[in-house]
Amino acid sequence: MRLSRVISLLAALLFGGAVAQAGTGWPGDAPRKVVSLNLCTDQLAMLLAEPGQLAAVTPLAANPRSSAMADHAADLPVTHGRAEEVYLLAPDLVVAGQFTDRATVDMLRRLGLRVEEFAPVYDLSDIPARLARMGALLGQEARAQAMIDAFTADLATLRADTPGPRAALYYANGYTSGDASLAGQILVAAGFRNIASEMGYGAIGALPLELLAMAAPDVVITGRPYPGASRSEAVMDHPVVSALKRGRVAGTVTDRDWVCGTPHVLRAVSEMARLRRKVEAGQ
Amino acid sequence: MTRVLAPLALLVAALFVASLLVGPASLAPLDSLAGLFGGGEGPVAMVMREIRLPRALLAAMIGASLGLAGAAMQGYLRNPLAEPGLIGVSGSAALGAVLAIQTGLSAAFALALPLAALAGALGGVLLVLALAGPRGGALVLILAGIAISAMAGALTQLALNLSQNPFAVNEIVFWMMGSLADRSMTHLWLALPFTLLGWLLLAGLGRGLDALTLGEDAAQAMGIDLARLRLLLILGTACVVGAGTAVAGAIGFVGLVVPHLLRPLVGAQPSRLLPASALGGAAMLLAADLAVRLILPERDLKLGVLTALVGAPLFLHLIYKTRREMA
Repeated sequence: MRLSRVISLLAALLFGGAVAQAGTGWPGDAPRKVVSLNLCTDQLAMLLAEPGQLAAVTPLAANPRSSAMADHAADLPVTHGRAEEVYLLAPDLVVAGQFTDRATVDMLRRLGLRVEEFAPVYDLSDIPARLARMGALLGQEARAQAMIDAFTADLATLRADTPGPRAALYYANGYTSGDASLAGQILVAAGFRNIASEMGYGAIGALPLELLAMAAPDVVITGRPYPGASRSEAVMDHPVVSALKRGRVAGTVTDRDWVCGTPHVLRAVSEMARLRRKVEAGQ
Repeated sequence: MTRVLAPLALLVAALFVASLLVGPASLAPLDSLAGLFGGGEGPVAMVMREIRLPRALLAAMIGASLGLAGAAMQGYLRNPLAEPGLIGVSGSAALGAVLAIQTGLSAAFALALPLAALAGALGGVLLVLALAGPRGGALVLILAGIAISAMAGALTQLALNLSQNPFAVNEIVFWMMGSLADRSMTHLWLALPFTLLGWLLLAGLGRGLDALTLGEDAAQAMGIDLARLRLLLILGTACVVGAGTAVAGAIGFVGLVVPHLLRPLVGAQPSRLLPASALGGAAMLLAADLAVRLILPERDLKLGVLTALVGAPLFLHLIYKTRREMA
């Protein structure tokens, strides 16, 4: 599938749902004021909520490096995840991630607020379940179902069935992801074989540079450095990594499409599928 | 003299070879050596030349620097507690390096990083010597060291906390504890010029330090220019500690432990302690770096953790001894 087609599908996902549901959304018992405390619940809620239903998101949601929906979030108020400011907004519902600060979540519950927590997504097949849950919480079940159907269909079209070239994910501090992580699943869906899985990495782990060199992957996919230098990210420019990239196609992880389990991961899958075709053409 | 230096040199050589042969990729020793010395561009050659060789060279070089600087400072201050890590010189160097990275100066020109660390170390040494005075009383020296270490550490953390880079905060541990993981030849070339210059400056101090064991007046009567000695010591220490810290973080206790262990073997003569301590420091850091790869290899254990585990009990012992002497 071409990228332009994916984008148009996503656009249909984003806006088509709203049009189809106009007038029928906002059922009587749905929460009217929702605050989100996690980048990924921010995006799920932005995808599904009625205009005005989502009262605040995190600052990360408006950052185009980390958020696939930064434009959308730019118009929303933000909180910095402190119990005090969330409580003062008097939300009917708070959505948080499983790794949101425990002290904050417990405090909000003690204050009598309803807090719903979302586990991180480790598999593409978790995404429909997350959409369905957020849809149910927000009283937007029909919109969620439409999005799930579109996501499932698009993923089926994109998914490669034959395992292709060997790829390595290599991030700051020498970390990599195996198949039991969302990033690993994106690689597999795009038709790569992940060297981390060959070596027995499940989710995320440190990959010694020596093992990366010995594995000699067909393509190294590195993270994109954040502004403000760090020596954690400098390892992605180590001579060994540069040598593995030399004369070959190299890939980059665009964080905003990779970190959260939302339909936007399809952009990462199609970008990786394009990379795979380039690698295969060069072999 | 050779009775001490020859075994130490052999030990360094053996540890150096071991360091080349140990790593997460299990390579047969013969293949490793073929990869190191033979031509070829295969993965084995890459691992040996770009990962293990710079690591072993840096461990030997920085260890020698720390041992040498420790011996020289202890000789000058006539105090066994003087050590670049403990008295805040390494911490100040780390602050210089962090500031260079965070302000983007290190990207401006190649030697900016070691130069900034050198400037930090220079500031640290000057402060310590100014606060401790020429005689370097143990209590004042340690108090000054604690203050400088705490201030440099706090400013380093502040700089990293203020960084807009999400990874920067995690690097506090590296700058406090040091590590040689995934260093490259680039780092070796950055540190080498200043290290060699510092070695040269410190190695020439032997005669002056010997004379100083008799007291300052006696040393001056023997024709030792104490102001010059002090200047060379400051510059030499700043060069070696700054260069080492810039690429491997602040590694403590090597300069404390090694001179202490070797002093009895060289008859407590500073001029003989300097080369012995350099070799001993290289051996200790090579051994520590081997240990972090053998114990918990997947956890990226920091070098400073191991050197502190060995060094801190010895430090307590020295304080206890100092207290008894003062009583």
